Amino acid sequence: MRTALRAEWTRALRAEWTRALRAEWTKLRTSPGLPALLAAVVVGTVALSAAVAAASDPSPGTDLPKLSLTGVQLGQAVVAILGVLMMGDEYASGMVAVTLTAVPRRGRVLAAKAAVVAAVVAAAAAVAVAGCVVVGWLLLPADAVAARPAVGSVLYLVLIGLLGLGIATGVRSSAAGVGVLLALLYVLPIIAAAVADPDWQRHLRQIGPASAGLAVQAQANAGDLAIGPWKGLGVLALWAVGALLAGAVLLERRDA
Amino acid sequence: MTGATNVTGLADVTAFANTLRAEWTKFRTVRGWVLATVAGAVLIVVFGLQPGMQGSCGKKGPGSECRPPVGPGGEEVTDSFTFFHQALTGDGSVTARVTGLTGQLSGGGPDRPRQGVVPWAKAGLLVKAGTGQGSTYAAVMLTGGHGARLQYDYTHDLAGAPGAVPRLVPGVVPGGGTRNEPRWLRLSRSGDTVTGAESADGVRWTTIGAARLAGLPATAQVGLFVTSPQYAEEVHDGLESGAMGGPSRATGTFDHLTTGDGWTGTAWQPDVIGVRGDGPATGAESLERTGDVVRLTGSGDIAPEVAGAGGLGVSISQTLVGTFAGLIVAAVVGCVFVTAEYRRGLVRTTFLASPGRARVLAAKAAVVGGTMFVTGLVAAAVVVVLGQRVLRSNGVYVHPAPTSTEIRVIVGTAAVLALGAVLALGLGALLRRGVTAVTAAVVLIVLPYLLAMTVLPADAARWLLRVSPAAAFAVQQAAPEYPQVESLYTPVDGYFPLAPWAGFAVLAGWAAVALTAAAVVLRRRDA
Repeated sequence: MRTALRAEWTRALRAEWTRALRAEWTKLRTSPGLPALLAAVVVGTVALSAAVAAASDPSPGTDLPKLSLTGVQLGQAVVAILGVLMMGDEYASGMVAVTLTAVPRRGRVLAAKAAVVAAVVAAAAAVAVAGCVVVGWLLLPADAVAARPAVGSVLYLVLIGLLGLGIATGVRSSAAGVGVLLALLYVLPIIAAAVADPDWQRHLRQIGPASAGLAVQAQANAGDLAIGPWKGLGVLALWAVGALLAGAVLLERRDA
Repeated sequence: MTGATNVTGLADVTAFANTLRAEWTKFRTVRGWVLATVAGAVLIVVFGLQPGMQGSCGKKGPGSECRPPVGPGGEEVTDSFTFFHQALTGDGSVTARVTGLTGQLSGGGPDRPRQGVVPWAKAGLLVKAGTGQGSTYAAVMLTGGHGARLQYDYTHDLAGAPGAVPRLVPGVVPGGGTRNEPRWLRLSRSGDTVTGAESADGVRWTTIGAARLAGLPATAQVGLFVTSPQYAEEVHDGLESGAMGGPSRATGTFDHLTTGDGWTGTAWQPDVIGVRGDGPATGAESLERTGDVVRLTGSGDIAPEVAGAGGLGVSISQTLVGTFAGLIVAAVVGCVFVTAEYRRGLVRTTFLASPGRARVLAAKAAVVGGTMFVTGLVAAAVVVVLGQRVLRSNGVYVHPAPTSTEIRVIVGTAAVLALGAVLALGLGALLRRGVTAVTAAVVLIVLPYLLAMTVLPADAARWLLRVSPAAAFAVQQAAPEYPQVESLYTPVDGYFPLAPWAGFAVLAGWAAVALTAAAVVLRRRDA
């Protein structure tokens, strides 16, 4: 009796999850800007990488895999739009009221959105990074291809998308959300470079989502890195999880 | 006829004033926008005074204050070199032959100095008011990579005839760079005019130039000098990019040191001028004299002091790093100011009330641009005026800039924020989606700067900072760039490829194009 109930409950739970996921996937799939955004992720990333690779005359000792992945600096801006819009559009159109009526467990809505964003960004990022690898292989001297920087860059972009989703859930506005995210991604590294004190500079690079996360692109033997490659990506993961959790709490507590 | 035109003109003005008032009311009644604008100003101030901006000047007890000597023009200078000199009165000339210039860099750790001559290592003849740092001087010299020069009063630099000495490429000259080809140098004084000349054989002389030194006393210190500035190399490694460098020293070998044309004397005495505690390699200075041959080793420079990685301290432009954060806020506000109307359908009411769509756009641009200008003006003034004092009390050496430069930096920063908001407004009206427009504006203005600062090679970085809206940050450049001083003139250190207002004009052009395109599209499109 009890096991039957539990099985029934599990099945119901699974069905609800499937419904939430399918709803989010349908919304994203049918949103008018999606093909353009996905194309922009790929084109922006590969184009910037190609431009930088063509303009550079790398001296020996240059981190070539990292150089060939420079385009991620531009691609992340488009991924930020994708992640932010996933929640921002709901508030912009008032759809959020319908969404939360259909799936009253708000945390589940956010989790479904996170899963869909992660999947879509991962697909686009994989194509973009593959393009960068080809660019590096064509335009740069040998040794421009390495596995960790490439795989890490895909994960980096996925985490940026999730960070955007979390921030947009917190601020309930696409424009403000993307402003906050881009400030974290672009302004923090500039501030870190301008800081005079070397300890502060190091700390800022260790906690900044972009500078820590992009450490995954660096070669392992670069001894003076502020943070190790996977550790750096871990810092970015903490940012993303933190933003999602904060967003979930706010979503639960606040009026939609 | 004229009356009718005047009436229409008046009606236009009234209509614009009404639209302007309507837009201003919209702006000031949305709490989020007002708060964001204030937050932008706060960010600029906070980042300008962040705790990471700490220095060691004056923090290690008496004597550790950073007080560079001041040159005759009132600018801070660096003035350290090895001097083999005597006091000589009246007019006269001094001649010597330079037979070699070699050097060492401190590159591979203290134990393993590299051989190499930095391009602006100097060996030559000097006439100087006294041995005090910062006193007026004129010098004719051979350099590591820039041929024969006549330099005087720190900021002036004249090149010798091109090709007279093989010019080596800029950068550190590897392998010591001993000159096989000796050069003759001559310095002649006549009143307060000092003339420098060079020669290949000591017979046929070529004048490099003449310097008028108003403050040169009748009795001046005359002699041989050698010095070699800090060298700096760019390291490009993504976000970890930066500069490496360190002290260098040079050894000049001279012979045939003679005086004439009124100057007589052989009481040459060695001196090391101006060794800073934290400055170039101490103990590197030396003198060897064997018969006619004099070998001087020196370290330092006789040049204007520059801010940044290759120099000392920061310029006031670096206190304005928060402008980037403020700019993102300005972009968000500028863009939401128009896209929010589309979101809520208010745009239809707006266009009903004021059918001239270009006029609405102009009024919006005026409101958001004006607000950002005033906000930026206050924030930049606080950072530049008060921030300098806070930084100095934190032990950071801030290069003083003339008041006119400070005003230009403050007003320019405010104008950059205003134009950034206007550019975002134009993009917002074009794209009608806040998030895309904000991203486009930030990618256009901030990303080029970030790329120029990190991954791009120097040439590509300079090109990007000429054509992209990021060129506008040139308006914040406070310290002049001296071609005769080896340093890293990078954006991070506050140096830009375009002149201040020229860089600003690039952003103005981008904003004008975005606004015009938006006006055209708004007229053609349904609201």
